[in-house]
Amino acid sequence: MPKIKLAEKTITQIKEVCAKFNHEEGELINVLHQVQGRLGYLPAEVQEVIARELNMSVAKVYGVVTFYSFFTMLPQGEFPISICMGTACYVRGAEQVLSEFKRQLKIEVGETSADGKFSLSSLRCVGACGLAPVVTVGEKVYGRVSPQQVSKIIAEYQEGCPAESKSA
Amino acid sequence: MADYKMHVLVCGGTGCKASQSELIKKNFQNQLEERGLDQDVQVIHTGCFGFCEQGPIVKIQPDNTFYVGVTPEDSREIVEEHLIKGRKVERLLYTDPTTLGQITESKNMDFYKKQVRVALRNCGFINPENIEEYIGNNGYAALGKCLEELSPEQAIQTIIDSGLRGRGGGGFPTGLKWDITRKVEHEQKYVVCNADEGDPGAFMDRSILEGDPHTVIEAMAICGYCIGANKGLVYIRAEYPLAIQRLKTALRQARQYGLLGQNILGTDFDFDIEIRYGAGAFVCGEETALIHSMEGKRGEPTFKPPFPSQEGYLGKPTNVNNVETFANVPPIITKGAEWFSSIGTEKSKGTKVFALAGKINNVGLIEVPMGTTLREVIYDIGGGIKNGKEFKSVQTGGPSGGCLTKAFLDTPIDYDNLLAAGSMMGSGGMIVMDEDDCMVSIAKFYLEFTLDESCGKCTPCRIGNKRLHEILEKITEGKGTPEDLTKLRMLSHVIKDSSLCGLGQTSPNPVLSTLDNFMHEYEAHINDSTCPAGQCKALLQYIIDDEKCTGCTLCFRNCPVGAISGEKRSPHYIDQTLCIKCGACYEKCKFDAIKIA
Ligand SMILES: Cc1cc2nc3c(=O)[nH]c(=O)nc-3n(C[C@H](O)[C@H](O)[C@H](O)COP(=O)(O)O)c2cc1C
Ligand code: SF4
Ligand code: FES
Repeated sequence: MPKIKLAEKTITQIKEVCAKFNHEEGELINVLHQVQGRLGYLPAEVQEVIARELNMSVAKVYGVVTFYSFFTMLPQGEFPISICMGTACYVRGAEQVLSEFKRQLKIEVGETSADGKFSLSSLRCVGACGLAPVVTVGEKVYGRVSPQQVSKIIAEYQEGCPAESKSA
Repeated sequence: MADYKMHVLVCGGTGCKASQSELIKKNFQNQLEERGLDQDVQVIHTGCFGFCEQGPIVKIQPDNTFYVGVTPEDSREIVEEHLIKGRKVERLLYTDPTTLGQITESKNMDFYKKQVRVALRNCGFINPENIEEYIGNNGYAALGKCLEELSPEQAIQTIIDSGLRGRGGGGFPTGLKWDITRKVEHEQKYVVCNADEGDPGAFMDRSILEGDPHTVIEAMAICGYCIGANKGLVYIRAEYPLAIQRLKTALRQARQYGLLGQNILGTDFDFDIEIRYGAGAFVCGEETALIHSMEGKRGEPTFKPPFPSQEGYLGKPTNVNNVETFANVPPIITKGAEWFSSIGTEKSKGTKVFALAGKINNVGLIEVPMGTTLREVIYDIGGGIKNGKEFKSVQTGGPSGGCLTKAFLDTPIDYDNLLAAGSMMGSGGMIVMDEDDCMVSIAKFYLEFTLDESCGKCTPCRIGNKRLHEILEKITEGKGTPEDLTKLRMLSHVIKDSSLCGLGQTSPNPVLSTLDNFMHEYEAHINDSTCPAGQCKALLQYIIDDEKCTGCTLCFRNCPVGAISGEKRSPHYIDQTLCIKCGACYEKCKFDAIKIA
């Protein structure tokens, strides 16, 4: 097994979460949600600590992490961009919006840009189908996005801090 | 509602929130405070009004004025003109697209006229974060009636008599399911609410939880009383933060009011509810997979029987129902089985909520009596096809459903008719497609979804769907052969017959229904190498019309691969061997000189 090279603080954080759920194996998904919420992602080393704390095999933890699309083993960009590929968005042109993001950021879905600023993912229906096609950047929702608007959205975040601009 | 003279209801559904409805609410509050009116007028965030296309929506009570497309800046004018001077702000009223007249009240709009709201009765009317408003609207009366007047058997009989069937997709009679779970003897049973809502493009369940969380809590408690369970679990997608937050608030309030916890309403009935989070896996909507996921495991389905009613969560008898199914229960108990069964068709009683989306004018959340026709939904309520285009197909049932044609427009919607037509009711996603949608691509889109979401447990589903997808990809690239069509059909049937769970068993439906209804589109791709809808990039050619091209060089400068050449002020030319079909030239050209062939 590879050496765990996590910071002491991180390990304490993970242990705290596991303790909160009484180290119960059945709470694994809740534990993963909270740990990812704090650390942003779930690399192998983190899974090893969780496995030890919940007294289960690393393989089982890994099996659960990789089963659910919500969990990620890779760090996200500073501004995670998600393009809704739900049916409502798809028929209103989400695919073109996605390829425009790929083209401009020069990354594929699941990747993070070289400067660590943007990561790209697709998701299924955020529940704002009335505004299709929908793109989210962090918590912010952009509606009725056209391929032409893509560069504007990216520019909003390029200078570091997102401008106080309007969505939709 | 307390002592306020007027109320400003601001839509707090996900769609309107994405259009700054939070800021709208804040601005209203500030405007009112500045004028010292905050004791007379109350501003409330409600659940979804349904008319998402026209959002953000603001409704003024008591006169029921319905403002559409409101921006944060409009709050000042509404306060000054409407609330103070009593003059409606006309520019924010809804304009009827046919008469072009303005309509002030929602009940007079075509979008609402044919709707009957049972499950959505409180959405957009009450503040979902205030239990008193729910109680004020007859809330928790059904639970009270059950505990005080009805035995579990009598309450179950009411549900059986009402004819309510599961709204999560399968359509199993709800009362019967409760009765089965009640009869299994065990000291520990569970009530589970399925709020996984996996169908991409559907948002019914989340809207109910966001707009009226107490109805689900009340119904779960009733179910617990009926089947003999004192513990409930709501399995909800972690991607629904607003619904989760509203549900948590509602649970806390219900406990404070003694409507959850021990000795509810002074009886010896105890019941409480916990939340469990999904983590983005469509198959977890299937009840056995959902139960495994709640136990902290991979959400893989298992063979039924045993049904959850016999052996469910932690091996205990578990009653699983959908959010919308639960939302129908309280009114059935208070108004009676007869009232409910008077709505709908012979075998499908009551109403159904649909998330209407796609190429339609009025995207939104609607609830109609069973038996309403697709035409009424699409044209009368939905306002017809966007941009005056031609209707092509309507898809119901999500990735498990099918694509219906014009020929089915007059089919009354119910469980059996949709199945007979080659689709299914599903949970209520309804996507409208127009002439620009390529049906082969749509089938491919759904299969992509299935591929992503298959849990991989059985070979036909894991590998068979992959092969189906490959064949469809071939066809959309213009490399299909006539034999592929036979292969598609054969393979589809094998997958349907030999998969373990509902996901695999229904995954080829989008392929089969498009083969049945849109064969000519498949044939066009294969025999003529054309995509009638002009969607399949590999089959397109961008060409420049010499007559219209002014030689402005805009296309030349925008082509990312240098496929365009030509002299300034003379017609340009696209080298087809270099063109990657990105469409940049097509979008940029100001003279309409680029054609798709
Ligand atoms: C692949 C698959 C996905 C499903 N997804 C959902 C879902 O998202 N929500 C839901 O309520 N039921 C879903 N179901 C149906 C459930 O298995 C179950 O029948 C339902 O929750 C029972 O509740 P009802 O009788 O109230 O409809 C799904 C079924 C399958 C096979
Ligand atoms: S049919 Fe598909 S989703 Fe269902 S159990 Fe089999 S592999 Fe998993
Ligand atoms: S399909 Fe994209 S928000 Fe619903």
